[in-house]
Amino acid sequence: MNITVTLFAQMIAFGLLIWFVNKVMWGPLSALMEARQKRIADGLSAAEKGKHEQELAEKRAIEVIKEAKDQAQEIVAHGQKRAAEIVDEAKETARAEGDRIIAAANAEIEREVTQAKEALRAQVAALAVAGAEKVLKREIDAKAHEDLLKDLAAQI
Amino acid sequence: MTWNIDTIVISLLLGVLMIVVGSKVSKNAVEGVPGRFQNFVEMILEFVQTQVKDSFPGHNPLIAPMALTIFVWVWLMNFMDLIPVDLLPVIAGWFGIHYLKVVPTTDLNTPMAMALMVFALTLFYNVKVKGLAGYLKMFLFHPFGKFAMPANIVMTAIEEVAKPLSLGLRLFGNMFAGELVFLLIALLGGAAALGAGLLIWFPLQVVLDLGWLLFHILVITLQAFIFMVLTIVYLGMAHTSDH
Repeated sequence: MNITVTLFAQMIAFGLLIWFVNKVMWGPLSALMEARQKRIADGLSAAEKGKHEQELAEKRAIEVIKEAKDQAQEIVAHGQKRAAEIVDEAKETARAEGDRIIAAANAEIEREVTQAKEALRAQVAALAVAGAEKVLKREIDAKAHEDLLKDLAAQI
Repeated sequence: MTWNIDTIVISLLLGVLMIVVGSKVSKNAVEGVPGRFQNFVEMILEFVQTQVKDSFPGHNPLIAPMALTIFVWVWLMNFMDLIPVDLLPVIAGWFGIHYLKVVPTTDLNTPMAMALMVFALTLFYNVKVKGLAGYLKMFLFHPFGKFAMPANIVMTAIEEVAKPLSLGLRLFGNMFAGELVFLLIALLGGAAALGAGLLIWFPLQVVLDLGWLLFHILVITLQAFIFMVLTIVYLGMAHTSDH
């Protein structure tokens, strides 16, 4: 166990070995491990971000649903109001129509009564003339007494 | 000029093994879910990285690969200790090699070579970070202040030289002693030779060998770890401008 020239050989071998280890083992493997570490870190942060985004989306979804509900309620309320309005309008129209029909019927009745009166008047005049003919037992010149007869009929 | 060819060849083979396996792993490495062996290698890498991060201030791209090399290489060389002591020398004997030291770290040259490399790097970074003047100033004014300059020079010089010496000798001493104990345990059965004594000595050898093996697994890992951590610490000290 003496120090010999082997010492220098071993020193050189040691130096070379360090160089080789750095080149083929340490360099590539540690770069790889670093890359993996970075990837894992990225993945974790992405997961964190995803979770956060999901939370936000959930919150937004709740908001949207609430808004939709509000809107639906509004629409329903509006519809109900409109329906009541339509019913009211219909009632109003119906009443107006009814009034109009009644008025028309009344007018018709009035007209027919007048007509009947007219007809009666004419018949009375004819009867009166016939009666007068029979009383006078003579022909009456209808032409000559037309004014008189008309006057009579108007008085009835 | 004595070349300890056994030491050189075995340590180089282990180095090549390390490089081949390492390059294979990093070539087939995937960024996604790692396979079993890749996971194991990454675990070692991460372990070394943690040690560097914990005890090395600042950033130097050389430190981590160097620490990894030391840890794995020293561990592999120490591991040769766990192979039955006579197995490889006997096999080598068949091929005409009659002297073989199996564990490179029990050859003083290997631990000292690594320690000297570390020492050279500490000198280099001391000068690079503190400047030559700053480094020499440390010899003058450390640890007792400017009124004890001669003492300071001696103290700091001893401190600096003791670092590589203790670093190399600790590994060498531990591995050499461990190997020696293995040899002694192996001699136990051999001393009894064939006969009635073998009934006692052989089981004893097996039990002792098993015990020392189990203990030694701890020792080789610990020594590799200590060598690595001390290297990181020494280089870290070289990088801090006052300590």
